[in-house]
Amino acid sequence: MKHLVSLVAVLAISGAAQADEVQVAVAANFAGPMEKLAAEFQRDTGHKAIVATGATGKFYAQIRNGAPFEVLLAADDETPAKLETEGHMVAGSRFTYATGRLVLWSAKDGVVDAGGNVLKTGTYRHLSIANPKTAPYGAAAVATLQKLGLYDTVQPRIVQGENIAQAWQFASTGNAELGFVAQAQVWRDGKFTSGSGWIVPATMHDPIRQDAALLAKGAKNPAAQALLQYLRTDKAKALIRTFGYEV
Amino acid sequence: MLDGSDFAAIWLTLKLAAVVTLLLLVFGTPLAWWLARTHSRLRHAVGAVVALPLVLPPTVIGFYMLLAMGPNGPLGQATQALGLGTLSFTFTGLVIASVFYSLPFVVQPLTNAFEAVGTRPLEVAATLGATPWDTFWSVVVPLARPGFVTGAILGFAHTIGEFGVVLMIGGNIPDKTRVVSTQIYDHVEAMEYAQAHWLAGGMLVFSFVVLLVLYTLYPQSVRGTRR
Repeated sequence: MKHLVSLVAVLAISGAAQADEVQVAVAANFAGPMEKLAAEFQRDTGHKAIVATGATGKFYAQIRNGAPFEVLLAADDETPAKLETEGHMVAGSRFTYATGRLVLWSAKDGVVDAGGNVLKTGTYRHLSIANPKTAPYGAAAVATLQKLGLYDTVQPRIVQGENIAQAWQFASTGNAELGFVAQAQVWRDGKFTSGSGWIVPATMHDPIRQDAALLAKGAKNPAAQALLQYLRTDKAKALIRTFGYEV
Repeated sequence: MLDGSDFAAIWLTLKLAAVVTLLLLVFGTPLAWWLARTHSRLRHAVGAVVALPLVLPPTVIGFYMLLAMGPNGPLGQATQALGLGTLSFTFTGLVIASVFYSLPFVVQPLTNAFEAVGTRPLEVAATLGATPWDTFWSVVVPLARPGFVTGAILGFAHTIGEFGVVLMIGGNIPDKTRVVSTQIYDHVEAMEYAQAHWLAGGMLVFSFVVLLVLYTLYPQSVRGTRR
């Protein structure tokens, strides 16, 4: 019995000392940068970020229903705000970790011109966007089309992905000749990784502010706090910028 | 309550399930007949292919369908050569993917039913001078009736519940590819829980009633599919 007690005590202590893991829910568009950030984060701090990627709306529903996420890196600023009002996050912990840029992109070279005139002139059957009802990149895509005065003519050609990752998937497999995707998905170190694209001017749509939040479940986890701090370091910001975000 | 886009999704889903079920009965019947009768070595391999959708996640089927139907995929190249364009994001594309996805739910009950008929009635019919075609329609079909009913109902119901495949190749286009399951997902993501409940609850009730009817009508044949 005595041994059992001491064993339990040892396990409890080592459990506390091992509190160096943080469960992070990450918006699909930030999956690429987060992978790199998590590796650097672990190297620099010893903490481990366990990353789940997906649609922000889905994470919202899961968090409200008891998901074990401790940090949310959302695709918008509305979801963290809502979570704060509803008491599911640590009050005052949210901040913008990246501002996303929208890109009109084709998997083929030479299809998309600087200026996006291909939308008017091009012969394309499908234009993929993220679901505008639930994804900020989708809403930004619709706003851009409206600003260009093209929404009504283009609408029959629009196909919707569940989130921005799927909008990219439709375009990258060529099933959709054109797609509005996140710059981070097709951009690395100052150029497109493949295909052709037009970086939509930020004036065409509301800024895609992506906010981070310390969720209630992570309030007492040092690794969660460390990750949010890490995101604000110059090193992390520089890395985030190489993916085409503004910070 | 439900709105216009919900009813459009319900209608599209019913249409998809009806077309897929019809196609599966037309193409699944000869396949099931062959599986039930052949001694070919290919029998087990074909049976395994038919059963694949039972064990594969729909996202796997959807992913490969997306690649196959794309401009560089074999299916996409074929349809483009025929001047049909590519099939992703079309109702036809959903039908083709769903036929594969729901294949075992029709073929397996049919195969079981054909096996249960045995060879004796066929031999008797032959000695009476019936042609194979006549034998099939006058003898086999009536005897295998539970298999047809079970296969049709399960194929229909399973297609109604399709989600992963549609998500991958559908593109969520109203009246073309937005079915009930993706509509529910959208409602949940948009936090429209009331509408999500109406659709999801309706789906639950529908599925239960379908299975209840099936179990009441043909308890043996339903159990037969689960061996």
